[in-house]
Amino acid sequence: MPRRVVITGCGGVTALGHDWESIAASLRTNRSGVVRMQEWEKLDDLGSKLAAPVAPYKLPPQYDRKVLRSMAPVAVMSTRASELALEDAGLIGDPILKSGKTGIAYGACAGGAEATMAFGRMGEHRSLRGLTSNTYVQMMSHTGAVNIGLFFGITGRVIPSTSACTYGSQGIGFAYETSKHGQQTVMIAGGAEELSMGPTAVFDTLFAASRRNDAPTTTPRPFDKHRDGLVIGEGAATLILEDLEHAQARGARIHAEVVGFGTNSDGAHITQPQMETMARVMELALEDAGLPASAIGYVNAHGTATDRGDVAESIATQQVFGNKIPFSSLKGHFGHTLGACGSLEAWLSIEMMRAGWFAPTLNLEEVDPACAELDYLMGQTRPLQTEHLISNNFAFGGINTALIFKRWT
Amino acid sequence: MRPQDVFQTLKNTLVEQFDLDPEKITPEARLYEDLDLDSIDAVDMIIKLQEMTGRKVSPEDFKSVRTVADVQQVIERLLADEPTLPGT
Repeated sequence: MPRRVVITGCGGVTALGHDWESIAASLRTNRSGVVRMQEWEKLDDLGSKLAAPVAPYKLPPQYDRKVLRSMAPVAVMSTRASELALEDAGLIGDPILKSGKTGIAYGACAGGAEATMAFGRMGEHRSLRGLTSNTYVQMMSHTGAVNIGLFFGITGRVIPSTSACTYGSQGIGFAYETSKHGQQTVMIAGGAEELSMGPTAVFDTLFAASRRNDAPTTTPRPFDKHRDGLVIGEGAATLILEDLEHAQARGARIHAEVVGFGTNSDGAHITQPQMETMARVMELALEDAGLPASAIGYVNAHGTATDRGDVAESIATQQVFGNKIPFSSLKGHFGHTLGACGSLEAWLSIEMMRAGWFAPTLNLEEVDPACAELDYLMGQTRPLQTEHLISNNFAFGGINTALIFKRWT
Repeated sequence: MRPQDVFQTLKNTLVEQFDLDPEKITPEARLYEDLDLDSIDAVDMIIKLQEMTGRKVSPEDFKSVRTVADVQQVIERLLADEPTLPGT
């Protein structure tokens, strides 16, 4: 008998603050986290000098030398976001964490950039100088997942992965399936991404990174006619998924229920999105939830502001939900936080559903006629009550995800 | 390097590398029990000693090391040998 799975905690480290109240204030005032990166000026041939770095944050004293030595910034953010989420869930110090009944599904695009460069220099300088006992553990792609585990003494299963822009959402999806089938009672799920020049260079090379260097807060512009590509963002977001019965027995505050998850792949092209499989993944999530498309009142879009991605996504969304569905992306505010975006957008969508309003797509002023007709949220927040929302994400290599959350009343 | 210089250099390195209280670093201080170092800290200490001395350190050199004074002895023994690492 499948178990019902609810979200009892959320937390994050973001460009627009580290709690829902601060982030909500930014969303309501159309504040962008994008800035021009002074230290990137030295790279002449990097066309895009823009990014959305996390706002400064302080670590509590328990992050001592032994805790931090194995952590690159991506792991520090993963752990801190998870600590905030566990605090929100009232689970800090709860015996369930060390019981073997709590697991982790967490990811990022990659491990720490500095540590990766140390290995790169090894080839260049023909010397091991600069490598320490911790260089590899900071570089490995599952560094965030295992450092969360060490920090909280987690002894259940760890589902680490790196699927670029979909790991935050896959982490939630895999955590949901793990709890639904009774393998774990509590799951710490999400994703993170630390800022480095690498990901911006990736998209710059593909002519898909925004070059509005002189007007940072006007870009990225998802679905806008004048969009010129994405801006990389930084952050981490964690959701605590919990077996409903366990959550109710301990009197936990429930934020939402996870009712549907779909993930599939394009099997077609390494970078070009395929609208058929994008639409199909949304249907898979609806089938998993046992809901008709008409039950969904809001779509949180991936919306990276790339030329092809936005067009394909809008057409796929219209195909499944029709042309009246309220639709917006948070990439205008936070940039593309890669491994973090799936869980960051899921968290904020749930908070917006609880609050009864949804943020517009920042910088969307004139919808690209090549994009399908939808109810694009523009300009200001929209009061909107809904029982269900869907949050979609898509990654290079053609990985697609869709998550459906139900309002908890 | 004179013995007292070796000790001072080692002390500075331990303070900087492992965030230790300088007062705790005496010749008798035991690395694991008194200074709370562990096996991967020992690896990083060996890497640092290689940089300090310009000599390749083998794990055998460290087998019987228990205290700060033991580490000092290893350094002095290494310094008596010819440099083995390039560019140091």
